[in-house]
Amino acid sequence: MSHHDHSHDHPQEHALPFWQKYIFSVDHKVIGIQYGITSLLFLFFGFALMMLMRWQLAYPGQPLPWEWLANLFNDKQMASGIMLPEFYNQLGAMHGTIMIFLGVVPLAVGAFGNYLVPLQIGAPDMAFPKLNAASYWVYFVGGIIMLLSLFIPEGGAAQSGWTSYPPLANIASSGQTWWLFGMVFLITSSLLGSINMIVTIVQLRADGLTFNRLPFLVWAQLVTSFLLLLAFPPLEAAGVLQLMDRLFGTSFFLPTGLVVSGEILKVAGGGNPILWQHLFWFLAHPEVYVLILPAMGIVTEIMAVNTRKPIYGYKAMVNSSIFLGFMSFVVWAHHMFLTGMSTKMSSFFQITTMIISIPSVIILTTLILTLWGGSIRFNTPMLFAIAFLPMFAIGGLTGLPLGLTASDIHLHDTYYVIGHFHYVVAPGTIFALFAGIYHWFPKVTGRKMSELLGKVHFWLSFIFINGVFLPMFSLGLAGVSRRLWDQTQYAHAQPTQPLNVVISISAWCLGLAQIPFILNFFGSIFFGKKTEENPWQATTLEWAAPSPPGHGNFLTPPVAYRGPYEYSVPGAKHDFSPQHLQGGN
Amino acid sequence: MEKLYGFGLPADISVHGHSIDRLICALHIFMIVLFTGWLIFMLYSLIRFRARPGHNAQYHTKHFKAPTYLEVFVALFEVALLVGFSFPIMQQVRNEMPAKDKSLEVRVVAEQFAWNIHYPGADRLFGRVKAELMGAENPLGLDPADPAGKDDITTINQLHIPEHQPVIVHLSSKDVIHSFFLPVMRVKQDAIPGQEIPLWFEAKKTGESEIACAQLCGLGHYRMRGFFSVHSKEDFEKWVAENTKQPEPPAPEAPAAIPAAAPAQPAV
Repeated sequence: MSHHDHSHDHPQEHALPFWQKYIFSVDHKVIGIQYGITSLLFLFFGFALMMLMRWQLAYPGQPLPWEWLANLFNDKQMASGIMLPEFYNQLGAMHGTIMIFLGVVPLAVGAFGNYLVPLQIGAPDMAFPKLNAASYWVYFVGGIIMLLSLFIPEGGAAQSGWTSYPPLANIASSGQTWWLFGMVFLITSSLLGSINMIVTIVQLRADGLTFNRLPFLVWAQLVTSFLLLLAFPPLEAAGVLQLMDRLFGTSFFLPTGLVVSGEILKVAGGGNPILWQHLFWFLAHPEVYVLILPAMGIVTEIMAVNTRKPIYGYKAMVNSSIFLGFMSFVVWAHHMFLTGMSTKMSSFFQITTMIISIPSVIILTTLILTLWGGSIRFNTPMLFAIAFLPMFAIGGLTGLPLGLTASDIHLHDTYYVIGHFHYVVAPGTIFALFAGIYHWFPKVTGRKMSELLGKVHFWLSFIFINGVFLPMFSLGLAGVSRRLWDQTQYAHAQPTQPLNVVISISAWCLGLAQIPFILNFFGSIFFGKKTEENPWQATTLEWAAPSPPGHGNFLTPPVAYRGPYEYSVPGAKHDFSPQHLQGGN
Repeated sequence: MEKLYGFGLPADISVHGHSIDRLICALHIFMIVLFTGWLIFMLYSLIRFRARPGHNAQYHTKHFKAPTYLEVFVALFEVALLVGFSFPIMQQVRNEMPAKDKSLEVRVVAEQFAWNIHYPGADRLFGRVKAELMGAENPLGLDPADPAGKDDITTINQLHIPEHQPVIVHLSSKDVIHSFFLPVMRVKQDAIPGQEIPLWFEAKKTGESEIACAQLCGLGHYRMRGFFSVHSKEDFEKWVAENTKQPEPPAPEAPAAIPAAAPAQPAV
């Protein structure tokens, strides 16, 4: 069942003018690529902000070593090359916001979800192609608003952390208003995308592709979409409330009697700042699973292909991910253990937090057990996928001391927290996303990325990313608070200052380690080795489509005859039995 | 003096801190054992099942019983952590407030970017405070008209306590959310405007250490540092005596004309 000359099968492609085909396209693949490129640029930009902050953290109060770099900033950001605390806070807030809302989620859900889900379920496109395009453009506008806010002459960008806790955020400069407007756009984009994804997965599955035969990545995207759909509206509401506090003089989050810099704040009062935290974390905890579930999905796909055997415990994984989804709505207050909640309430959230660790452990264990009995190929995507496992394990395990209120007393709001969630999201999710890029690049472009550059990228990234995040646990145990412009101000933080130098150098090297990836990515689009439709000998439906798939994806609507991971089936001719092929293959 | 700070947990001079430290320690041993176990199994699998000529993957894989036991073990361990450690510790540090008459009560009011400390003085009554009186001279807004406030001691960024006596802190904030962190006491609590949150602790050793702010509170968050001194009982009493305003001498002036003079403020 090989296909020839697929490019001629889609005459309507040629009929579309350039701007309709590549810019305002309604094709899920073009939108997926748009999401991918945009979010990769944002990821790199967000990382660059952090690399800048790392200079101040390693060498507090010293001017930047390069004058050309210092000259990029105005005197409200840097004073003769020395980063000002208010600019540091802006960079911190924007780093978090950009990495999460403009980088990782759009890449994991917008790019991978959009591009792969219709292909993996054998559909010609998403259920609502125009809604899909709208979701990208709303995201794009939100991103532009966030970027522009860095250039506000008075006060600069938002500087109250990505969590934007009131009253600090309420009394912050106008950058916070821009942040809130940007967030409203980003949330709206996610809502449009998630509805589309749910309808697509439920309605457009190919004949024979029952829920039990869905690739785990599709399941992960389905659960993720429900999380986005149900968790984001409270934050959107909260964002609007904070906007009203800032613009129209309401006091949803402002209590009576605030005295700022010796002056009584002229507001109505009567509000409660904790309300914001509840609304915020009601989104932001499920958001963690929005970040991690697609990553688990990608890793699962890649591990099945490269171990050449079925996933161990597919059903356990699906059930665990659904259970994770449900539980993620009842753990949010573990981010707020120190707000003075009663022990009854904190006990409840500790119990739910311990319960939610069980399905995560199940998924991790099944993935590790999948290796057993395989015939493991160590290509670049597989290396990133394998590295995801121990990295995510560190991220998950270090959640334990934070999830128990007693140990959280000391570790709350320290670098321990930063180390913990970065292990989940950076060497966890972002490694999985890299794995996905290397793995599906041939499907998207028809060419493979270089293995050599890929392996250089992997090993350097693996070493340096641990150099960045491992020392943070030591800082956290020593009690170094987060978000300090200069930790050496505190005696208890001084002994660990040398670790900041280690972290910063690792971070800059990690930045350099992305050069092979960038070269590989753009170089391979033009010069990569050409591949056929199924270069990895994989089984799922996206590999039945041409590489790259034309408009409408499949030459004939595919039919699924078996489960997603039928590798090394006894008696079959090959060690893989694609879903779309009937009979023994 | 013993070394307070290093790469790991700071020294602990509190009565309850050892139970928190023990939990953190137990957790890390558990985490390292579990992680190492996983890692060894993973590396062994990667080597044993690497692709090579003549080696094929197995479609029907062995069913492992061990992960089920592992899951049950992890779940039971977590129950033990909750019931054996976290719940009782929280019960102790949050709910079992010491008797007020045996404790030293202190108000701590955070602001951008300082800690205002308010002692009730010998009468054990805090003077009335008013938001409209707050200013650079009188950061707590202490009302001079209130007789209960006459013997109050206020300081900025200086928390002095005696050893071996429970201290109850009534924590609040004037402006934004701060977090009151005493690293050597294993005490941390958000200071939230509009709320007064009680917490307590007891020091078992004397020494000088610091108060840190753990919650981003604006551009001066990094320098919101206070000093925390635990004195012997005698030294503390001496400190109180030195810092209590001398009772007004039976003055010729009218007693109502209380000077707006600043409350005692030791060097910042």
